[in-house]
Amino acid sequence: MNRRKKEDKPLNLQVEVAGITFKNPIMPASGTFGYGEEYAPYLDLNALGAIVTKGLSLRPRAGNDTPRVCETIGGMLNAIGLQNVGIEQFIYQKLPFLEQFDTPVIVNFFGNTQDEYGEVAARLDELPGVAGLEMNISCPNVKHGGIIFGTDPGAAFAAVEAVRKNTTKPLIVKLTPNVTDIQVTARAVAEAGADAISLINTLTGMAVDVKTRRPRLANTIGGLSGPAVRPIAVRLVHQVVQAVNIPVIGIGGISRAMDALEFLIVGATAVQVGTANFVDPNAMATIIDELETFCRDEGVEDINDVIGTLSV
Amino acid sequence: MKNHKTIVLSNQEISPGYFRMRILAPDYSRLAKPGQFVMFRVQRSLLPLLRRPFGIFRAGFMPADCDTMPPKEFIEIIYKVVGSGTDIMQGLHQGDPVELLGPLGTGFDLNLTTGDSILVGGGIGLVPLYMLAESIPDPSMAEVLIGGRSRDDIITVTEFERLGVKTFVSTEDGSLGDAGLVTRVLESRLEQKPAARVFACGPMPMIKAVEKICRSRQVQLQVSLEELMACGVGACLGCVVKGKGHSTEKPSYLCTCTVGPVFHADDLDWEDTVSADDCECGVKK
Repeated sequence: MNRRKKEDKPLNLQVEVAGITFKNPIMPASGTFGYGEEYAPYLDLNALGAIVTKGLSLRPRAGNDTPRVCETIGGMLNAIGLQNVGIEQFIYQKLPFLEQFDTPVIVNFFGNTQDEYGEVAARLDELPGVAGLEMNISCPNVKHGGIIFGTDPGAAFAAVEAVRKNTTKPLIVKLTPNVTDIQVTARAVAEAGADAISLINTLTGMAVDVKTRRPRLANTIGGLSGPAVRPIAVRLVHQVVQAVNIPVIGIGGISRAMDALEFLIVGATAVQVGTANFVDPNAMATIIDELETFCRDEGVEDINDVIGTLSV
Repeated sequence: MKNHKTIVLSNQEISPGYFRMRILAPDYSRLAKPGQFVMFRVQRSLLPLLRRPFGIFRAGFMPADCDTMPPKEFIEIIYKVVGSGTDIMQGLHQGDPVELLGPLGTGFDLNLTTGDSILVGGGIGLVPLYMLAESIPDPSMAEVLIGGRSRDDIITVTEFERLGVKTFVSTEDGSLGDAGLVTRVLESRLEQKPAARVFACGPMPMIKAVEKICRSRQVQLQVSLEELMACGVGACLGCVVKGKGHSTEKPSYLCTCTVGPVFHADDLDWEDTVSADDCECGVKK
């Protein structure tokens, strides 16, 4: 759907993060969009700012037992456990499909150890079809999902440094909100050479079935996402924007353009849409449409003029 | 596969706590295969947030409002009120807006419906078996075993009978049909028809018992499973079940939403099948 009328001035939704040009600031959050192909029947992947893959590791990963998901008020808990096909299978089976689209592919990845992070980054660095890397140091659902790196600024610095040595591709580091002071972590990864920061990953949470008195997730604890987390995410993005000089990608409970705009106004250059994809497979296309409408209604000619315009 | 913004055509209580909803569903009579499901969205709000999977009971046509219009295509789903989502659903009326994503998933393998067939449905698990029964070439060679806790849980027997299949009703409390578990009926039917193929959908304890019975008798079995799912299209990986030969070293997780919901029993790992059956946050298909 293109609502643009002939008499309208051209509208620019294009943004740039870490040297990657996105045709608009809307992209999926890792883990909510599979490897892209799952959603291709519902939405034109060419319309997106970028495609962000499910988190990949050196070797395939099984993930956690079920139940892995559970709805809570205004959100959901998940403990998938980073199930993924592994980097090699991704390269041969999933990447060729994504390369046919005129949309930058950002590969989300993680490692069990600092060396493994470096190893995956080196492998991804060789691939022309990969526009950028998103380094996950924040998965709350597995012991070695990176959260140990994400919650310890020293470990975060070392891991990002190890990855930085192995790649010249744009490097986005995805942070966990489950820390006392997000600004400390943000500064550490920026100093270690990150080109951009994305946040938030899920907030750790838990739900109990009162009849069986068992946790609703097999993993007991999971990550909370969805509209319920948005105010927390906006606050954290606001804090990180003030702490670092690299671009920030905002994530957390975005399901409408209005939600995305909150993040842009506090200073995020782009945003990722997560749980909303599950609710409506066409959610991102709708958000892009709404964003255009907002800009036209508000007389905004360039979305970049909205970014970081919070007046306090 | 498409997301339809559509409307409710009717929504009736067919047994205490069980509702049958007819929804306007363009293309479904052509596209929907027996055993497939839809991701259903009640309303554009945060409660409930996620869609819920529902097995398609049947797809069909109804007359148009006037002569110049084409007939309306619809699907029917049947649901039991178990949580907040289905509680909102029971209050929907004709014309209320809803969204349907689908038809989704892999349905029954229809190549195996020639010869004797035994369909086993426990409670709401009977729902996806109706389209299967419809597609059986010779209905007189098919039997449907309908089980439930009590008479209120026995639904749509007449609909199956109209197809010309033989029905056997059993309830755990004996309030309708034979007293006892539907699996006992299955055992006795397999005595009569040892070469039959079995198709089952119902609560996990029933599915497991059916699998044991079929394995010991070397009877081919297809099962339709339900799991909690967020997306329905294979992206969230929330609804996986363990495939045959699964181990920590060589993991095999199959998405209930894409590889399933119908599986050949031989393709699954029955040693350690995890079930979300008691979890209240899931809505039954």
